[in-house]
Amino acid sequence: MSNRRPSRILSLSTLMVVLFLNLPVWIIGLYAFTTDEAAFSFPLPGFTTRWFGVAFNRTDFWDAFGLSVRVASIATVLALILGTLAAAAVFRSKFFGREAVSFLMVLPIALPGIVTGIALRSAIGLMELPFSFWTIIVGHATFCVVVVYNNVIARFRRTSWSLVEASMDLGANGFQTFRYVILPQLSTALLAGGMLAFALSFDEVIVTTFTAGQQSTLPIWIFSQLTRPRDRPVTNVVALFVILLTAVPILLANRLTEAGEQDLGK
Amino acid sequence: MTGPIDPTIPAISFIDVRRYFDEVKAVDGVDLDIYDGEFFTLLGPSGSGKTTCLRMIAGFDRPTSGQIRLHGIDVSELPPYDRDVNTVFQDYALFPHMTVAENIAYGLMIRKTPRPERNQRVDEMLELVRLPGLGDRKPSQLSGGQRQRVALARALINRPRVLLLDEPLGALDLKLREQMQIELKNIQVQVGITFVYVTHDQEEALTMSDRLAVFNHGRIEQVGTPSEIYEAPGTSFVAGFVGVSNLVSGASALEITGKSGTFSIRPEKIQISDIHSAIPQGYYSTIGKVSEVVYLGMYTRYLVELEKGGELTVVQQNLNATSMDVLTKRGTMVRLLWDQTHVHVIRED
Amino acid sequence: MIRRLSNFLYLRPTVFLVLMLALPVFWLGVVYFGSLVSLLINSFFYLDDFSGIIVRQFSLRSYSGLFTAANLDIFQRTASMAALVTLMCALLAFPLAYYMARVAGKRLKALLYLSVMLPLWSSYLVRVYSWKLILAKEGIISWLFKTLGMTWLLEGVLNIPVIGGPSLSISSIGIFVVFVYVWLPYMVLPIQAALERVPISLMEASGDLGAKPSQTFRKVTLPLVFPGVVAGSIFTFSLTLGDFIVPTVLGNSSFFIGQAVLSHQGTSGNIPLAAAMTTVPMLIMGIYLTVARKLGAFEAL
Repeated sequence: MSNRRPSRILSLSTLMVVLFLNLPVWIIGLYAFTTDEAAFSFPLPGFTTRWFGVAFNRTDFWDAFGLSVRVASIATVLALILGTLAAAAVFRSKFFGREAVSFLMVLPIALPGIVTGIALRSAIGLMELPFSFWTIIVGHATFCVVVVYNNVIARFRRTSWSLVEASMDLGANGFQTFRYVILPQLSTALLAGGMLAFALSFDEVIVTTFTAGQQSTLPIWIFSQLTRPRDRPVTNVVALFVILLTAVPILLANRLTEAGEQDLGK
Repeated sequence: MTGPIDPTIPAISFIDVRRYFDEVKAVDGVDLDIYDGEFFTLLGPSGSGKTTCLRMIAGFDRPTSGQIRLHGIDVSELPPYDRDVNTVFQDYALFPHMTVAENIAYGLMIRKTPRPERNQRVDEMLELVRLPGLGDRKPSQLSGGQRQRVALARALINRPRVLLLDEPLGALDLKLREQMQIELKNIQVQVGITFVYVTHDQEEALTMSDRLAVFNHGRIEQVGTPSEIYEAPGTSFVAGFVGVSNLVSGASALEITGKSGTFSIRPEKIQISDIHSAIPQGYYSTIGKVSEVVYLGMYTRYLVELEKGGELTVVQQNLNATSMDVLTKRGTMVRLLWDQTHVHVIRED
Repeated sequence: MIRRLSNFLYLRPTVFLVLMLALPVFWLGVVYFGSLVSLLINSFFYLDDFSGIIVRQFSLRSYSGLFTAANLDIFQRTASMAALVTLMCALLAFPLAYYMARVAGKRLKALLYLSVMLPLWSSYLVRVYSWKLILAKEGIISWLFKTLGMTWLLEGVLNIPVIGGPSLSISSIGIFVVFVYVWLPYMVLPIQAALERVPISLMEASGDLGAKPSQTFRKVTLPLVFPGVVAGSIFTFSLTLGDFIVPTVLGNSSFFIGQAVLSHQGTSGNIPLAAAMTTVPMLIMGIYLTVARKLGAFEAL
């Protein structure tokens, strides 16, 4: 790292970009308190907290929120299991089709969301299944698996395999080794991957639009609110709520991946 | 799974063991018997197959063909956790998320040994490896030498009949390594079990072993005690790998010994003296020119070119000489003398 | 019993492997990949205008439907937006990435990293919405222009055809700004990673051989960082190509690909046409990825 004194232009442009990235989100926080009912006026005419009450009394909001939580939870659990299995298999064995599996694992993130969305929709339509809670899960679990897979396989690559051999050498069979040695090593990766998967699923809107039936997850609810001018202040409140909600797992996952760097094999 | 305690049955037997990885013949027909209570070393350069053999004893690898027996029992179908064998790994493989005490007690924990007995034995082990009181530390807080001893304790606590050590001293600096060599040997004598030790360092092998096997390209070139291997190398590879070999062949051999073929003579067995010195009874002699002199503090190494081709390395203790004295010898003609009985014939043509 | 199972699996690594892979491969291979295939198949069907039913016979009619003036317009509009957004993102990301990789000390770097991560993982919709607020007719930006007495500039820009609109929050400029905003973190990280992989010794050697800092930058740093830029551009380009949220929230009636796909499969139920349309961004991305791989972007990911 060459700590040469940076030029003014560099420092200034960096600052501007950082502000550009971070300010807009917090401006919503501001608007959540406005007294203005229908418009976005700036400067804010007045401050009030009554919109919080209105928002939290809206049943459709809570329904959407609950649905998002349920979908994200199940999708994350599925992702954890499938992602870990796949990561272990690809990491350990050199098998025919290994490249294919790695490729498959990249697709859901590499392809644009509408492709995944409409592909799933057309498949579901072809099989004449109803669009329901479970079709949403299918969509979400798919990209969540990728996130977990990447986290876990990165962790595997940084763990030394002799730990597993040592455990077996000392008398532990495969299952015991998994429980006492492998799982603890993976724990931070699983937690970080799981949290990121949860955040992704909670926020997902594009694929969900295609795979949901009549239900609204929270992002879908927000999206529909964006085109209904009457409820703007409520949208502001919900937006602030979502930001604060997602900031926590992000910060936690960040801490965890750093902490995980400390405990490595050797 | 252990066999009966019968001293005539080897602790470990290799019967025509081969291990092929696709094209690569890592182990190419190894027969070996290792007996209870021995400190046995597998010596050889990298890629010679010694580590693969060790791993096959432990159970991490299975022979492509041939059989491995532990105390008379064929272990081909036995996974590592069912063998009465424990390993000290090259990178120590200490579990980073457990304390030192938990690491050491791991084998006992798996075996569901009751906690009080577990704790007591852990303390005994910490005493044995001279790390008392460090039970609550984490591996990341220990030095390399300390980790190595924890790995040893972790393996020994299970009272295996055989302990495998895979180049355990490789990562330590010279002084520590020499100290650990002595300690390991003492522990082996104290505990009394079979140690199978893998190294590429021939000095280490000679220091510690009761017997050793020299590996090359997946085969064993020679098995014997350290003095047998050193004094009477069976092949030119062994002569060259263990200690410095002076191999003399062709015209030079003919001139010096009167016979054709290849023979070896160890550098410390050769005397350097004046050209006009007398040749004692029962000694071989030849004349050569000193091409290189290297002063190494304790001793000096000379490289002498022989008239009829070839060169000999001679090592002399600096008993009375100083560096000034020895360096002047460069470029001079000298007479080399050595006892005929110290010559070892490699090949008679 | 467990022991026997463990032994069995240990001695037969292939069985173990198959067991491990069965579920994930089923999910991703059959379910996901299968649906991609079914999409492709669907694109070869067509919607009968008269009956409103999908005819399941092989035909290129849906594909030929792509070549109408309106559709070509949509493709062009989306692709150019994607390109512009990518360029702008690269421009903005570079100083920040450089600062993080080369200038910032450990703590500042961690802070900056967080300042990129936080928006990246925050709710995408909320971030889009925030700009709706900022760009609104009565919002912060117009207030800013008003206080600076530059309202005439704002009006002038809004009156430019194609990129302008009734207000910033309903205009192509608005769409452009928001796209840049949401995808910027995807560009920062690969560039930063690529910069860190350039050993300082190379730049020092260049200086030692007589190059001025700007020359070193142009001839040594830039070419080595370029794969990182291309890697980041894969994300910005692909994400813009397929997005329908931003154009819907901030746009007028001129469609982007994502919106067209959504509308076709929605009310009109014209899944074959929607499927055919989807192949366009896939094709574009396919070409983009092959070029990117040649430029070494895959090592930079």
